[in-house]
Amino acid sequence: MMVTVAMPVSSQAGVDESTLVAQSRQGDTVAFGELVRRYEAKIFRLAQHVTQNREDAEDVLQETFMKAYEHLDQFQGNSKFYTWIVRIAVNQALMKLRRRKTDKSVSLDETIDTGEDTIVREVAAWDEDPEQRFSREELGGILDTAVESLEPPYRSVFVLRDIEELSTEETADALGLSIPAVKSRLLRARLQLREKLTRYFKRKGDDAFAYM
Amino acid sequence: MLTCKDFLKELSDYLDETVDKEVLAKLERHITECPNCWVIADTTRKTIRVYKGMDPHPLPSDVESRLMRALEKKIAAGKSGQTT
Ligand SMILES: [Zn+2]
Repeated sequence: MMVTVAMPVSSQAGVDESTLVAQSRQGDTVAFGELVRRYEAKIFRLAQHVTQNREDAEDVLQETFMKAYEHLDQFQGNSKFYTWIVRIAVNQALMKLRRRKTDKSVSLDETIDTGEDTIVREVAAWDEDPEQRFSREELGGILDTAVESLEPPYRSVFVLRDIEELSTEETADALGLSIPAVKSRLLRARLQLREKLTRYFKRKGDDAFAYM
Repeated sequence: MLTCKDFLKELSDYLDETVDKEVLAKLERHITECPNCWVIADTTRKTIRVYKGMDPHPLPSDVESRLMRALEKKIAAGKSGQTT
C-alpha cells in the first residue's frame, strides 16, 4: 500500500527545519511528512481564522501543503519555511474569502479609515493573569469568538502578527498591504480585542471608568 | 505634552518596542501621568500576551487523515504529474 510507504510516521521530530527542507527537495517524503506535521495545526487555525469556514479551511490546508510540495524547488532558503507556507495559505484563504463574499465592501484591499474611530470606550484594569480564571477550553472559546468578531481586514492582520507571530514586513508581504496599513489595522484590531476581552478579564469589583 | 490621542497612535509600536528612545521617554512619561492610558497599555499588552500563548488545537483526526490522503495522492502522482 502506498499509503504507509509515502507518509510514514517519522522519527525526525528533533531534526531542524532546513535539513528537512533539503531532504524533502531530494524527494524524501518522510522529511516532508515531518514538515507537514510540524505546521498542519497552525495552518489549519490560520485558515479557519481567515475564512471563518471549516470546509474552506480544510481545503486551504490541503492546498497549502500540496502547493508547497509541488513548488519546493522555488522555496528560497532566505526565508523560513513556515513563513513561506503561511504566505501560500494566506493566498489560498483570501481567494476563498473573496469567492464567498461577492460584496465588494468587505474586500480586504479596501482602504479603511483608521483615524478617528480608534475610540476606547471601556477603561477598566485587569487582573495580573486574567486568563487563569478560565479553563483552557473556556479561554480558547473566548479568544476565538473575539477574533471572529473582527472585520476581515483587521482579523487577517491580527492573526498573522499576533497569533502566528509574523513580523510586520512578513505580514505586509503575505497580505499585499503596505507597512503603514498593517500597523494601523493591527492597532485597531488590538484595541477592539482589548475592549471585547475586558468583559471577561476586568478585575472583579472594578467598574469601567473607575480611573477616569 | 503628549495627548492621549498621540499616545494611542503610538501604542502598537510602544508595545512592540519599536519606538525610538526619544518617543519612548515621552510615552512613558505620559503613562505615569495618565491612569487611563496606563490601563489601556497594560490591558492591550495582556491581550497580545494571551493570544501569543495559545497553542493551536491538534488537527481533528478526520481532517488529518484526509490531508494525508490528499498528500499521498499528490506524491504518488509525482511533481511532474498533473497539477492544478
Ligand atoms: Zn492618556
